[in-house]
Amino acid sequence: MPAIPTTTSAPLAITGAAPPLTRLLSGVRRGALIPVATMTMVIIAVWYLACLPMNRDLPQLANVVGLADRYEVAWGLERPVLPAPHQIVAELYASTLGTALFRETADGFVLNPRNLLTHAWVTVSATLAGFAIGVMLGIVLAIAITEVEALRISLMPWIVASQTVPILAVAPIIIVALGSIGIVGLLPKAIISAYLSFFPVAIGMVKGFGSPEAMLLDLMRTYNASKAQIFLKLRWPASIPLLFASLKVSISISLVGAIVGELPTGAQAGIGARLLSGSYYGQTVQIWSALAIAAILASLLIAAVVLAERLTLNAMGARP
Amino acid sequence: MSDTAAASTGRNATRLLAVLALGGAAAIAALLLAHHGAGSLFALLVVVAWAALWYANLLWSRRRSLPPALARHADKGVPLVFGLTLVFLWEAACVGFNVPSVLLPAPSLIVQRLLSSLPQMGADFVQTFVRAALPGWLIGSLAGFLAALACDRYDFLRRGLIPIGNFVSALPIIGIAPILVMWFGFDWQSKAAVVVVMTFFPMLVNAVAGLAAAGTIERDLMHSYGASWLQTLLALRLPAAMPFLFNALKINASLALIGAIVAEFFGTPTLGMGFRISTEVGRMSLDMVWATIVVAAVAGSAFFGVLVLIERKVTFWHPSNRQ
Repeated sequence: MPAIPTTTSAPLAITGAAPPLTRLLSGVRRGALIPVATMTMVIIAVWYLACLPMNRDLPQLANVVGLADRYEVAWGLERPVLPAPHQIVAELYASTLGTALFRETADGFVLNPRNLLTHAWVTVSATLAGFAIGVMLGIVLAIAITEVEALRISLMPWIVASQTVPILAVAPIIIVALGSIGIVGLLPKAIISAYLSFFPVAIGMVKGFGSPEAMLLDLMRTYNASKAQIFLKLRWPASIPLLFASLKVSISISLVGAIVGELPTGAQAGIGARLLSGSYYGQTVQIWSALAIAAILASLLIAAVVLAERLTLNAMGARP
Repeated sequence: MSDTAAASTGRNATRLLAVLALGGAAAIAALLLAHHGAGSLFALLVVVAWAALWYANLLWSRRRSLPPALARHADKGVPLVFGLTLVFLWEAACVGFNVPSVLLPAPSLIVQRLLSSLPQMGADFVQTFVRAALPGWLIGSLAGFLAALACDRYDFLRRGLIPIGNFVSALPIIGIAPILVMWFGFDWQSKAAVVVVMTFFPMLVNAVAGLAAAGTIERDLMHSYGASWLQTLLALRLPAAMPFLFNALKINASLALIGAIVAEFFGTPTLGMGFRISTEVGRMSLDMVWATIVVAAVAGSAFFGVLVLIERKVTFWHPSNRQ
């Protein structure tokens, strides 16, 4: 069966890109600080330089002559084609810390929709709910696949095939179908996230549950261990490193799922909604700051998984 | 001893084929009855078909107890029966419970819609796949590969770019779609640009890893031949990198379709699969949406499948392709 190993290697290879923050940090520790800082500075410099050519057709620049003056205007435009980095940082600050997080209404204090953190929370709650559902589904599927041969043969090709399908295209259907039976808000988005995030977990855990060597399995059999005991005392502990590798991929695509889930129906709140409204009204700085907060969220979520991984592996007695 | 074993595998084969025939017959009978309102008989046939097909799969997956002719095809037959059973149950549930088509249209409705609007589907497919996803995938992968070559020549670049590339790979890059739609207009150019950005980093990271994959001994040998950088690249390191490159190409194949479709949610000319999905969802004609998704799924799987075939030809030496 060459098909399964070759095709599963593709999604698992995404794991290679999985722990970006840890890689970034460990890369920095290995003496990559200067190259990374240099490249980052080059990117920012190119960005600043590009602001003028990108924005040259805007009316505010029509009558400005002199390179320095033109750049000064280009870096402070109100609705630029390409905003300067400091404009994004300023907008990010103004719409998070610079705006009240709560607003007083007739019902008491509610989250202020003008604050970007409110939207971030809407998206993160759907991300986490979907992540939880997806991880549980993935683990259950992996257990079923490991323990029942008929399920392994029937399910594995479909699980792999399900990822060659552009799953995000299904997002509008899930939103509308669930909306038509009265389920709106967090759950439809969570289901999209779950659909995306179950896959790395299922594939990773099938690998993980199968990772104990034949010798160890034989040892368990000589102890007359039951299937459940083999699972709990051998297969499950052996799969923990792969579990966390999968979780890092899952959490970041779960966030993508929640954001895309907010696009098709014109959601009122969430990072996807900010992207959409920014695109309708040409508020480029708003789009960029929504993107920036999405990037920050992705980093924080992955960092949380990495932290949980370290704590768990330490508790299990792993040596660094 | 071997005679009795052969007899028992023969019996098992007969049983498997009988159960398969029973399940198939019950399923076909149920589908024929479906629109004539035969309530309890229909339900009975559905349950019989389900149970028989599931039992057939159980039998078929016990490969050692079957004659080799059947055992060899278990890898394809079992998932096929499983998939067909799921589609049958979907159809039966939609008809049996009168599920409104806004919620979930039956497969037969979807296929009907697909066949009746083939020209439309074809135009959408060309707009999204041929014009946006494919060129974007090519340009993005090529650019990622060239960047990896640059990283390979200049180590400083590699140490600076790879951590950044790893970081960017985990970000929700699809979010740049509205910006690129603003920059490159509503037509396919902006979608191709989204795909370029999405596919660049997976190729960069994988290609850099692939170019480092050739062993030290082989490199030393090339060195002792006095081979130039280009010769070493072409004769040794590029072939050794092929599994990594195909890995990236396969990851990028699914990213390309997703990128092209989702980017169309932010504005397109009145054409394209993403446009079709978002407008038809607004008009509640879910059969059209599902039909578009079927096209996307087939296109995505075919794209992936073609890449796997080419990969097997190119990396025939790799352990995963050898028996």
